[in-house]
Amino acid sequence: MKVDGIPSGCAISGMMSEDGRRIDGRVIIKSIACMHDRSNGLGGGFAAYGIYPKRKDQYAFHMMYDNIESKEATEEFFKDAFNVDKDEPIPTFRENGISNPPILWRYFLEVPENKLEFISERDYVMKTVMKVNSDIEGAFVASSGKNMGAFKGVGYPEDIGKFYKLEDYSAYIWTAHGRFPTNTPGWWGGAHPFTLLDWSVVHNGEISSYGINKRYLEMFGYRLELRTDTEVIAYLFDLLVRRHKFRTDRAIMALATPFWKDIDRMEPEQKKIAIAIRQVYGSTLLNGPFSIIIGHSNGMIGLNDRIKLRPMTAARKDDMLYMASEESAIREIAPDLDEVWSPRAGTAVIGTLRDVE
Amino acid sequence: MESQLPAEFVVNVDYEKCRRCKRCVMNCSFSAIEFKDKVTPNHRQCVACHRCATFCPESAITITENPLAYRYGYNWTPEIRKNILKQAESGGIILTGMGNPKPYPIYWDHMLIDACQVTNPSIDPLREPMELRTYLGAKPECLEFNSDSSLKTELAPQVKIDIPVVFAAMSYGAISLNAHKALAMAAKRMGTLMNTGEGGLHEDLAGYTDNIIVQVASGRFGVTSKYLNNSAIVEIKIGQGAKPGIGGHLPGEKVGEDISKTRMIPVGTDALSPAPHHDIYSIEDLSQLIYAIKEATDYKKPVSVKIAAVHNVAAIASGIVRAGADIVVIDGFRGGTGAAPMIIRDHVGIPVELALAAVDDRLRQEGIRNRASILVGGSIRQSADVVKAIALGADACIIGTASLIAMGCRVCQKCYTGNCAWGIATQKPELVRRLNPEVGADRLCNLLSAWGHEIQEVLGSLGINAIESLRGSRERLRGVGLGQETLDILGIKHAGIGQ
Repeated sequence: MKVDGIPSGCAISGMMSEDGRRIDGRVIIKSIACMHDRSNGLGGGFAAYGIYPKRKDQYAFHMMYDNIESKEATEEFFKDAFNVDKDEPIPTFRENGISNPPILWRYFLEVPENKLEFISERDYVMKTVMKVNSDIEGAFVASSGKNMGAFKGVGYPEDIGKFYKLEDYSAYIWTAHGRFPTNTPGWWGGAHPFTLLDWSVVHNGEISSYGINKRYLEMFGYRLELRTDTEVIAYLFDLLVRRHKFRTDRAIMALATPFWKDIDRMEPEQKKIAIAIRQVYGSTLLNGPFSIIIGHSNGMIGLNDRIKLRPMTAARKDDMLYMASEESAIREIAPDLDEVWSPRAGTAVIGTLRDVE
Repeated sequence: MESQLPAEFVVNVDYEKCRRCKRCVMNCSFSAIEFKDKVTPNHRQCVACHRCATFCPESAITITENPLAYRYGYNWTPEIRKNILKQAESGGIILTGMGNPKPYPIYWDHMLIDACQVTNPSIDPLREPMELRTYLGAKPECLEFNSDSSLKTELAPQVKIDIPVVFAAMSYGAISLNAHKALAMAAKRMGTLMNTGEGGLHEDLAGYTDNIIVQVASGRFGVTSKYLNNSAIVEIKIGQGAKPGIGGHLPGEKVGEDISKTRMIPVGTDALSPAPHHDIYSIEDLSQLIYAIKEATDYKKPVSVKIAAVHNVAAIASGIVRAGADIVVIDGFRGGTGAAPMIIRDHVGIPVELALAAVDDRLRQEGIRNRASILVGGSIRQSADVVKAIALGADACIIGTASLIAMGCRVCQKCYTGNCAWGIATQKPELVRRLNPEVGADRLCNLLSAWGHEIQEVLGSLGINAIESLRGSRERLRGVGLGQETLDILGIKHAGIGQ
């Protein structure tokens, strides 16, 4: 089931209510569908935050299985690794041309106390995700965060959205992806978003520094066996923000680091920090053309590479923050905007949830 | 005993062109040309250093290999037969200079570099920033910040280099003061480093503190507190790629007034470097010396440890990092030397490509790669080798032979004779003055600038604009004509395999 690397073209779109208002999935489908020609039908997907309010303290695992054997093996593993509070098929609408879906199942999991003697809960969950993806043939974790989920597959994004009945989900953050891979693996797990815990990434572009980003992450126990460059983005955010406790702006400084010529002109304290980040985190620099939208429980981050080799437009209207590969995809769902701008190269657009409970 | 050894080279003089200006006679430092009514070659003395041919105003001189035929023997090559003749006449170890010339595999030439096409754009280094700046020194695993958002973590000392190429250790004694001056001036101008080697630091170079690596080797020549502190980095030399496991010997005739002062030994005495450091018989002793040096330099300078690439290099490097070294230098078996026994130079050690891959892997497996920078050398011949070394995992490369060639060296392998016609590997004043330090420095700067531009071109074609995105990115290399085991050691895929 694991396939070769997937350089890709693609379209991305993201929307967030900073007030935490939940919006149903039809809006984001409309936005990503507007950029139909940027994808080629070989992958589409969505990440949604706030969709399981009644089970917001449980890890929601969205699983993809090649066959019943891999499902049984995984469930056997889950039984030992977690308390499984509920499991059910992920609801789908099967009459719109999406072919050969894997078995799609979701689980609401709690970590038993006795597992956490030597490891933090999130490290434990991360390790189990890595283990399932690497060790159980035919099983793939599509998402593993709390109160969020990834819905993805092979097809045009608007068709994937209908297939997963996204109109039935309401979220305060939606991100979406339409894929234009330059080879044809036709693998559901290879579609975006890529996720780990509550991190999700939709990505347009190619990470030319993938080789060293991967080897760097492996030093910290991450196992990168999907062979797609996008997963390093999710893992790097996890490493920097969750494990090394970086503020978002500092993590951005490591991933899309300022040029030395700009660092040399910074104020002394800021300069000291920037130099230290480049010295210590040089291997985390994401190099090559990309625009990405990263989702997490408390917000959404849009980021371009250091010389902006991929498009990205951002906009605001009241409490809404929008980002997309093309302005048209934003205007399609919000014709009347307070503010529209093209974020500068290497400069993040950060949306933050107000009044986090 | 009359020598039976035939001449290696033949000096051909075109007497129709020759104006009898005697310039060749004055320039030949190996007594291979005399003037007896006309320019008269003494073929046996010729080493093919090209000094006469280069300076002949009429281009009347050519040097050819002696076309003397040997009865063919795949096993008994002419070289082996000549070596036996030499030893039958002398009873001694055969001495030689420069790096291993034997046709062992050169793995650099079996690796190819990736480039961007369509799905990711290449970057034009003439239009966009293309960053080569590198910092050498130990890095912490992570950074921590104070609640007022200032930096909490104190980094170990870091040394900035503007191009990931550093001049390799070559001592004053092995090479001339003018060569040292040229290296120091070029290092300063290019924002990189030169390395004193084990012969101390001549007082004329005291002003180059920020661009000098001072070496502490087994002979401890010229090592004082002032010497240690007059540096950017202090390096403990354990081994050298050309002669792993053996010491050094600077003959007394080279120890004149200046070298005597710099090395702190009497004029005319042999300078002997023992094979091991006699205070380092294991790793815990090395750790003591590392920390003794850190104490002596107030923890303000990275301490580097240089070793030759040998079979167990990965475990040794790991030990060195755990012993507290900030930088590990790995010198491959093709590295150069001023003088070494031929048997050692040609048969001991392993290729640096494999050693580097093994060390970088090992340090990553142990999660300590960040704790030291890795420098590699041992025949870095061109900027492509630098790019491949960095992709395999090196922080920077060291160049010795390449820098000497830039200054005029013709790689005649006679450094140990002290007769270097180009003023590089000699202490004879009349020869030393042939090398103008300013001109030497210009040539070295040109070489580094050229390599820097070439590295930037490759980065651009790889679609990356900072050297740290190449470092350790083995995914961007592919092997050609290599077996699976070699590919596994190098950690690269064979050409034809995609991502």
